[in-house]
Amino acid sequence: MIKGMKGRVALRTRRPPISFRIDLRVIAILLLLALVTLAGMVANVGYGEYPIPPLDVVKTVLGIQTTDGAYSFIVNTLRLPRVLVAFLVGVGLAIAGAILQGLTRNPLAAPEIVGVNAGAGLVAVTLIVALPSFPFSLLPPAAFGGGLGIAVLLYLLAWKGNSSPMRLILIGIGLEAMASALIWVMIVFGEIFQVSRALIWLTGSVYGRTWDNLWSLLPWLIVFVPLAFFYSRHLNALNLGDEVARGLGSRVELQRALLLLTSVALAASAVATAGTITFVGLMAPHIARRMVGPSYGGLLPTSAMTGGALVVLADLVGRTMFAPTEIPCGIITAAVGAPFFLYLLYRTRNA
Amino acid sequence: MVGVGVLVFCLLASVRFGAAEIGTGDVISSFTDYDGSTDDLIIRTLRVPRAIIAALVGASLGVAGAIMQGMTRNPLAEPGVLGINAGAALAVVASVFLLEASSLSTYALFAFVGGGITMTVVYSLGSMGRAGMTPIKLVVAGAALNALLVSLTTAILILSQRTLDEIRFWLAGSVAGRDLNLLLQVLPYIAVGLLLALALSRQLTALTLGEDVATGLGQKTAWTKFGAAVAVILLAGSSVAIAGPILFVGLIIPHVVRFFVGVDYRWILPYAVVFGAILLVSADIAARVVLRPQELPVGVMTALVGGPFFIYLARWRVKR
Repeated sequence: MIKGMKGRVALRTRRPPISFRIDLRVIAILLLLALVTLAGMVANVGYGEYPIPPLDVVKTVLGIQTTDGAYSFIVNTLRLPRVLVAFLVGVGLAIAGAILQGLTRNPLAAPEIVGVNAGAGLVAVTLIVALPSFPFSLLPPAAFGGGLGIAVLLYLLAWKGNSSPMRLILIGIGLEAMASALIWVMIVFGEIFQVSRALIWLTGSVYGRTWDNLWSLLPWLIVFVPLAFFYSRHLNALNLGDEVARGLGSRVELQRALLLLTSVALAASAVATAGTITFVGLMAPHIARRMVGPSYGGLLPTSAMTGGALVVLADLVGRTMFAPTEIPCGIITAAVGAPFFLYLLYRTRNA
Repeated sequence: MVGVGVLVFCLLASVRFGAAEIGTGDVISSFTDYDGSTDDLIIRTLRVPRAIIAALVGASLGVAGAIMQGMTRNPLAEPGVLGINAGAALAVVASVFLLEASSLSTYALFAFVGGGITMTVVYSLGSMGRAGMTPIKLVVAGAALNALLVSLTTAILILSQRTLDEIRFWLAGSVAGRDLNLLLQVLPYIAVGLLLALALSRQLTALTLGEDVATGLGQKTAWTKFGAAVAVILLAGSSVAIAGPILFVGLIIPHVVRFFVGVDYRWILPYAVVFGAILLVSADIAARVVLRPQELPVGVMTALVGGPFFIYLARWRVKR
């Protein structure tokens, strides 16, 4: 290992020729976030109608026998999958948002604007309101299809020899508004009970998520998260503008298409699993940027951890605050994340 | 001037077409030969005010959106982004939930107050620090506050099905059943907002070129931004008060107008008035006619009518 600049460490190997520069500050922050997330997870699993002390939570997860045999069922079948789903959803949304903000060079970009939320939401709300007997377990794949479909439509409409970010944003807004309007038609004219259910789905909730949900979500993350990390160099270049990126040797269209695909896949799978949680994809990258700076090498992992932490903590708060009523975590992500973000804005106001 | 002609045509059409079948001859006679029949009542007390309100709300939203996009130099900006719609919606939903409010004028009051407070908060947040108000700080603060308020609103709607049932039509944005009294209460604010906006058109054009350019040209940018913000509060707040949160008009009208007249705000603002009015009035006509005799909320129609047109513009007219 060679010590390069202050606070950074370079890793080099001879064969195969690989060279990384690692920012120590990023590592420190990642560890901190991981600790926060783990604490949140343990607290979340421990809390409920059947409270379980934190130490027993850890023991049960590790398979060590504890005093109460029921712990195993509660932890492993009910609560653990839910918490893990929450974390993974947060990770997926945060990375999707970070990629989009880099691609479109617009701080307001989020998975919402590529229509994934709109498409998935439209399909889900239509099914819930118009076909109340539609099986709940088939909702995620249907929603995924809707999200992916709209994203493909968006890309096709925006393609005109190249895929200008401006066109992507604008057409995305148009599609999202239309889908939103159709959703509102359902809400206004639907039977009130179904509309309530649809509204909860729209807000985003990890209630009742099982291991099946986890296993269908995981492959997407396993494939696309490393891809995103691998492309962070290119994101940095694209963020400087198309001409500059080309001058630096980037294959702009290919990279943009791949990155868009990554972002959409991550967002669609997250939304399909947990509904449209709207805040994480927008704010987690901003929060991460304030902590580790704008270079995507450090920004992507930090956004991921921030997003995961946000959703896990939000779920915890949503379950505990108005007990025994459960507030969907989608509401809490905004209610918790927004003030924190405003605080960050205040802290860095003279930057 | 073609635009004004189209607007007048739309206004007339709005009066002529609607949920109830009324022939053109009867429409005219309701003005010349008023005899208190149901049809005449519909024309004079429901449709004409509704058309006027739709036009004014559309105009206000269009202008507010144009100002916002100029002030923040971000094509995604619209009054909703600054949290006005969210603040107004939260205030109204809370009033229904906590105070069992049920009349439109009560909604209007809460909406106006809620929207105004929110935007003031967002503007202050966006102006923190040495650099004063910069577009990016404003927009990001607005997005954060927006998320917070929407989540609180949704929380109430989920907790109370009764509130959801009562309020969902209003939340979609509608000009149904608004009478002239309501309009007259809000008219002064709209008028002041529009005049203020038009007075600032030159400064706004300079501002779109960038903070430094504007200052270099001798502008007092802080005052311009403040004035523009006040105008937006007045216009968007009044619109939400009368018609509920109507999205999309403030967002697309500036883009549409820019395609036709370029970037000079002395032209953009008047055209925004006309185009905004046209959009909302035609959306309202469509909303009443499409599922006759059911009525769709106009907020839905603005997106369904404006959306495809906007996509067409974005695809074929955006150069880069």
